[in-house]
Amino acid sequence: MTTVPTEAPGRAATTPVDPRHRRKVTRTRERPNWLAGLTSVLWLAIVIVPIYWIVITSFKSQSNYYLENPFAPPAEPTLANYRLVIESDFVQYFINSVIATLGAVIPAVVVSFMAAYAIVRGRRSRVLRWTNSLFLMGLAIPLQATVIPIYLIIIQLGLYDSLMALILPSIAFSIPLSVLVLSNFIRDVPKELFDSMRIDGATEGEMLWRLAFPLTRPAVVTVTIYNSLQIWNGFLLPLILTQSPDKRTLPLALWSFQGQYSINVPAVLASVVLTTLPILILYVVGRRQLLSGLTVGFGK
Amino acid sequence: MSAVTTTARPAARAGRGGSLGWMTVPALVFFVGFAVIPLLGVLALSFAQWDGLGEIGLAGFGNWAAILADPGLPHALWITFLVMAVSWAVQTPASILMGTFLASHHRYRAVLSVVFFIPLLLSSAALAITYKALLDPNFGLGAGLGIPILVQDWLGDPVLAFGVVIFVVSWQYIPFHSLIYQGGVRQIPRSMYEAAELDGAGRVRRFFSITLPQLKYTIITSSTLMVVGSLTLFDLIFVLTAGGPGDATRVLALDMYKRGFQANLMGPASVIAVILVFFGLALSLLLRRLGGRDSGHSQLEGA
Repeated sequence: MTTVPTEAPGRAATTPVDPRHRRKVTRTRERPNWLAGLTSVLWLAIVIVPIYWIVITSFKSQSNYYLENPFAPPAEPTLANYRLVIESDFVQYFINSVIATLGAVIPAVVVSFMAAYAIVRGRRSRVLRWTNSLFLMGLAIPLQATVIPIYLIIIQLGLYDSLMALILPSIAFSIPLSVLVLSNFIRDVPKELFDSMRIDGATEGEMLWRLAFPLTRPAVVTVTIYNSLQIWNGFLLPLILTQSPDKRTLPLALWSFQGQYSINVPAVLASVVLTTLPILILYVVGRRQLLSGLTVGFGK
Repeated sequence: MSAVTTTARPAARAGRGGSLGWMTVPALVFFVGFAVIPLLGVLALSFAQWDGLGEIGLAGFGNWAAILADPGLPHALWITFLVMAVSWAVQTPASILMGTFLASHHRYRAVLSVVFFIPLLLSSAALAITYKALLDPNFGLGAGLGIPILVQDWLGDPVLAFGVVIFVVSWQYIPFHSLIYQGGVRQIPRSMYEAAELDGAGRVRRFFSITLPQLKYTIITSSTLMVVGSLTLFDLIFVLTAGGPGDATRVLALDMYKRGFQANLMGPASVIAVILVFFGLALSLLLRRLGGRDSGHSQLEGA
């Protein structure tokens, strides 16, 4: 390493450092961090290899699967696996997943936004504070542990084996984190804006809809994405609360498909690709939104 | 969690909002109906006798006595603890390293992140199914490649199956925790590093003297999510090993499901659920205490 005197003259004059140190200041920022870089590259390989294998294998025919090198691209690519998956009612499962996800996420975000608005803007009261603590407590509780009473409640409501059975608990499970994140963002809206709207005679409802909502839209988007992914990928609730094949959501359908065709590896992998495709498309379209949606509330 | 403590201060700028309490009612109805009541319900059901279909009867302390005397409970607790501890020990150093790397290398990051985060998007069921196919001794990757060391009965041997569970869990969650750490590293003031550089601190020294201490709250947040998350690790293990071979990967959440929905013993299963809730709460409280109360203030002194 050679000493490169590139520091700003003013700084060098005011801070008397010996040349050894000065060299470090100018050099260290450029030197790559080998350990972290190597870990990242290694990790990348660990991620890419299975994904590559899933994708190429899903285009192989079952008979060729055993003959070809597993890492070689298919010599005779076929869509037969995908045809088999689609013919196994996956369109129905896809629609079920869409209904369950939208049916839960939209109400969840709406009620969470209202609650967060009231918690931030409402008059200080014991009830509001108590409500807020209740939602915060929900973050620390493993809600999966409550599935047995949920099963009982759903049976009592006569909703067992319906998509509504998935929607209702999913809304409840989404509320704690949504309220936490949304209230953090609503709190950042300048108070003066609310005051000036009030002087103009706006009601609370108008302030919520025309001020708080537009200004916190990024938070609303990320909360929506986070909850959608949780519900879309959810497995335990559909497993416990539905029974008939036509009520299956995609993760559950995947599981039973694999049980049925476990020997047909290419077909199983085609089902994995097909069910991940919608999220993957979303990921390509809005990668930044999706990633911030995933760590929502945890980055602070 | 550090984010939690920030909202504990109620409505600093509130006051003139009028009576908005009604706006919390819809959220409260859902939350009380499908989270709070079930939470109390699971405690009640732990004293009940129910097969999941018929009438619910009273069992007194019978379920508790039976579960606490059952050798399956210490085993499930031990496996749950092992999964928690080992997956934490694997994921945390890797996530901190990669989070640090991602935070400072924007050019590589753009290339890396396209595939880097894909594990976050897959459902646990899809992931478990993929690895099950990939590791199959007869039809999987090892058999196809003809490499003997890869041709193991990965999910049939207790030690190997446990290792596979840890590997797949890490595969799924390391990107998520790297993201959290990346955010944490970005918030460390540059001036701290510049001051340390002027004092002649090398990269390793700066990592241990600045980066790690500054990441304290990020580490607590990430660890809380890992630890509480590993308590409820159900989907992945259920599809991958179903708790097997034998009971080798039968964690508490799986134990609850099997007792309740496969053996139709909802009472004993509720006992397990109560134990799960208890450990979840205890662990979050413990980790929050470790974080101290005044998060985020004293940390930036001298920056």
